[in-house]
Amino acid sequence: MNKINELFSQELKVINVGIESFYNSLIDQNVKVVNVNWKPPAGGNEKMLSILNKLNR
Amino acid sequence: MLEKIEQANAKALQIINDAQPTLVDVKYAYEVFPGFDKKTILHAGPPIQWEDMCGPMKGAVLGAIRYEGLADTEEEAEKLVINGEIKFSPNHHWGAVGPMTGMTTYSMPVFVVKNEAFGNCTYCTINEGLGKVMRFGANNDEVIERLKWLERALAPALKKAIALAGGINLKVIAAQALTMGDEMHQRNVAASSLFLKTIIPYLIQVVEDGEQLLEITEFIAGNEQFFLNLAMAMGKATMDPAYNIPYSTVVTAMCRNGKNFGIRVSCTGDQWFEAPVEMPKGLYFPGFSAEDANPDMGDSAIVESFGLGGFCMATAPAVVRFVGAGTFQDAINYSKQMYEITVGKSTHYILPNLDFEGTPTGIDVIKVVDKGIAPVINTGIAHKEPGVGQVGAGVVNAPMGCFEKALVAIGEKLNL
Repeated sequence: MNKINELFSQELKVINVGIESFYNSLIDQNVKVVNVNWKPPAGGNEKMLSILNKLNR
Repeated sequence: MLEKIEQANAKALQIINDAQPTLVDVKYAYEVFPGFDKKTILHAGPPIQWEDMCGPMKGAVLGAIRYEGLADTEEEAEKLVINGEIKFSPNHHWGAVGPMTGMTTYSMPVFVVKNEAFGNCTYCTINEGLGKVMRFGANNDEVIERLKWLERALAPALKKAIALAGGINLKVIAAQALTMGDEMHQRNVAASSLFLKTIIPYLIQVVEDGEQLLEITEFIAGNEQFFLNLAMAMGKATMDPAYNIPYSTVVTAMCRNGKNFGIRVSCTGDQWFEAPVEMPKGLYFPGFSAEDANPDMGDSAIVESFGLGGFCMATAPAVVRFVGAGTFQDAINYSKQMYEITVGKSTHYILPNLDFEGTPTGIDVIKVVDKGIAPVINTGIAHKEPGVGQVGAGVVNAPMGCFEKALVAIGEKLNL
């Protein structure tokens, strides 16, 4: 049995980063999960990121 | 670059915290706006023309024209507008603010609020009360008669009372009201009561006619949102000295005209950054639903611009249910989230429910865009048809597009 299958044969303890629906799905399946409220800077908008990077110098 | 921006924003925060907004007078709009005339109508939000106005704004404009005696009927009033005889201009361009439709016209009395720390004055009309009122687009004879009463009876009495009081420190009232469960946008129960308590000894001395005194005190006492217009003028008086600080990315004004949301930013001065308004989410009065709602409107987001309103929902448990914001924990979360997009905290306005922290103050465009967190605003919801009035209250976010446009302009201004 490879390592990944070993992992899933145990009780899972999950940290979810970002998308909340992933967190909610695990809750629905009674999986222990902690959610980290995270979004990529500027929502990943490259034009905004470019300006922000220059302002943050 | 970052160091210069941080220093400039610290200066803006200091200016906001040092403000001493004081009610010094009630005057007529024609007395305080140089070059103002009867055919100029001031409205809420960034610039907008007749053809783009929403139903309540159009209804209010037609009522305002009748109020000024320029037309006898709605049809005559509309003809004046279509013939191009009426000029429209944002309140903010005249040092003023107005709730919802924000109508300010030639003969209307306005509160004069002076920031004693910096010497600047701002203006706001007197709150008309609840029900069918011009700020929600109502324009029938009852609405106009009430406005005439404000002009001819209430305004002269308030003017004399304020003079006798030697001015009224609004910052003290607002700070106290925050500890009594107001957030100064959708809940002004405590602030309005404190204002009445402050002014009543002077009203009694200046209004000789007993019946008129009763009418005036009943009017103020009967309107829990009476203080809203004062809070708005306070907000503008507080924020205006923070304009034009080189490198400062602090938002100096937020407002809406029913079509677009507009913001101004310190280092870019009077320039507007606009994006389409969002629909408020909230609770509706019996018989109304989201289908009846007008898009977000009014200059009242100036209250959030200086850290009150939605920013201090944590201190106002009663308003949480009124605006349909969920649980008390949600209210705390709203306030906590606003700390992430502000430069610092108020030194005078405090939130008892957050262990007496100062309110989140000085919205930073950089933080808003970087974190993807839009300022939260508590708001009244107008019916989309003119003349119906308020149909609910809710919470709305400032659209991210305004802040993205502002960030681009800041980059250009700083030659990045």
